Amino acid sequence: MNRLKMPGTPWLILLLAALTAMLVPVPRTYAPQDRVFRVDASQFSFNPGVLAVNPGDRVTLELRSTDVVHGLYLDGYGLSVVADPGQTATLTFVADRPGSFRFRCSVPCGDIHPFMLGRLRVGPNWLLIRAMALIAITVVWSLVTGVTTKPRTQVAIV
Amino acid sequence: MNIDHDRRFDLTRVRWLAPLLRSRWPVVLGRAVTLAGFVFTILAGLLGTPIGGRNFAIIFVWIAWWTVLKLILMPVAGRSWCSVCPIPATSEWLQQGGILQRGKGVGLKLRWPRRLRGQWLQLGGFAVMGLFSAVLLTRPSATGGILLALLLGATGIGLVFERRAFCRHLCPIGGYIGWYEQLAPVAVRVRDRDVCRGCVEKACYQNCQWGIFPAALKDSFDCGMCMACIQTCPRDNMALWARSPSRESEEAARGEGAARRLDRAWFGLFMLACAPVYAAVMLGPWGSLTEAAYAIGTVAWLRYALAFLTITLGVGPGLFWLAARLGWLLGGRSGSAKRGAIHLSYALSPVGLAAWIAFTMSFAFANLSYVWPVISDPLGMGWNLLGTADWAWHPYLMNVTPLLQVVVLAGSLLWAALEVRRIATSRQALPVLAYASLLTAGMLWLLI
Repeated sequence: MNRLKMPGTPWLILLLAALTAMLVPVPRTYAPQDRVFRVDASQFSFNPGVLAVNPGDRVTLELRSTDVVHGLYLDGYGLSVVADPGQTATLTFVADRPGSFRFRCSVPCGDIHPFMLGRLRVGPNWLLIRAMALIAITVVWSLVTGVTTKPRTQVAIV
Repeated sequence: MNIDHDRRFDLTRVRWLAPLLRSRWPVVLGRAVTLAGFVFTILAGLLGTPIGGRNFAIIFVWIAWWTVLKLILMPVAGRSWCSVCPIPATSEWLQQGGILQRGKGVGLKLRWPRRLRGQWLQLGGFAVMGLFSAVLLTRPSATGGILLALLLGATGIGLVFERRAFCRHLCPIGGYIGWYEQLAPVAVRVRDRDVCRGCVEKACYQNCQWGIFPAALKDSFDCGMCMACIQTCPRDNMALWARSPSRESEEAARGEGAARRLDRAWFGLFMLACAPVYAAVMLGPWGSLTEAAYAIGTVAWLRYALAFLTITLGVGPGLFWLAARLGWLLGGRSGSAKRGAIHLSYALSPVGLAAWIAFTMSFAFANLSYVWPVISDPLGMGWNLLGTADWAWHPYLMNVTPLLQVVVLAGSLLWAALEVRRIATSRQALPVLAYASLLTAGMLWLLI
């Protein structure tokens, strides 16, 4: 217990716990598959709006525009495809980057075009899971150690 | 070094910065530039192309300015934007009868009604803007119209009421910036209070357009950082200080800070609840939700409006009050539950600011490249003034944005936890920290 009373020890514990949460390796063993999604694009949404695959999957997106020209740009992968009205355009790629990525319309299609978005989830969203662990660590650390910045007071409560 | 015994750094003593702070010209010139840009933005919004992504008004207000304000100006320089804000410029010049020199001026110069003081009207204004945000952010005529309304409103209010009544009590953006000013690393404050005690001229008050008494400042909610007090103090006793972002909460903890108020607390809780709602509407994969926010006047929009107001004004602040109340019960019911809740709401302000910053990162980085074509063709008339009109849209920093958002949001939760634990025991803090964690987790789920 004396060690815990050393100045800076609670901060060191927090730092180590946070680094563990952010850096601990996670299992990534998936059998790659071919996956085909047909995505309808219409002002101002993609349907389906959320796609889920496993890391390593070979993904084919068949983008079909139902009204005006729409595009699909995939964040993180930097890939894009454009579909003319009533036509289908195809984008094929290997989902080799795990995580959660937005895809967005890349061709101005109307007033709320900037908000025409969807999501591609490649395996579990480990960044989100790690961030949740970070939140839990922060709160538990704060409650257990009682570390704060000076001056400490009870002025608000008593 | 210009660090005083109270761990503040006097920026007014910095050799290269001092002339800029002591001269009226930087503010006058800055405001001339912003006013010209503001008028041009209104004209672009009302007369330019109706395509939002090609119109100067949409791109420069909601992508360029709004991003710079939230990611740079507010975290680094507090209310500095208010010093050059063009909206109250005309009313101020009319009130003082000139741009540089003070004359007789025009206007009734009435005092703002006591019952209308506080941040309630600003809260209402922000809520109304929130109801129409999907249209305001995308339709140039709507942006031009709201900017024109703000300009005319500020001028009209300035002709009836004294000084910056519009900024202090009505401007929604002023309220927004003012709430997060408490976390700013810079502030205008007096050097030595004893010097002010013998002052009879009160030049700082006489010259303060905001109608506050700078020598007695304890928070900067109503300080527009125009530097007039620094420039006019006959004893050179006002200064711009670099300080710890926790400075105001430290002073409150010592019992030396400004009174902590219910209207401001509610404003902060409202802003805290707005961030995840905006993230869901504007960055989520739910097209029907976005369309409902845009389709003003339809049944879907009415449902959206009802949900928006219920969540931001009721559910968000209500859950916080329940959490604070539970903490009060767990802590043995000591002290005033209401007063404790108000203080704890201030302590969560880092989480609110971070939520807005994280939301802005996703929105702004993806759309920042719209700026380049619009610089060359601000009205969408087919011009190519700087040769950038054909630069293609491309999102920036998409690979690192999620990690930056985790750092900002988790870091702000840690900051808020330190502030909460300063004023509450672990039992008292638990429910409020659970509420802050829920909000932070929700923002992360929506954003990354």
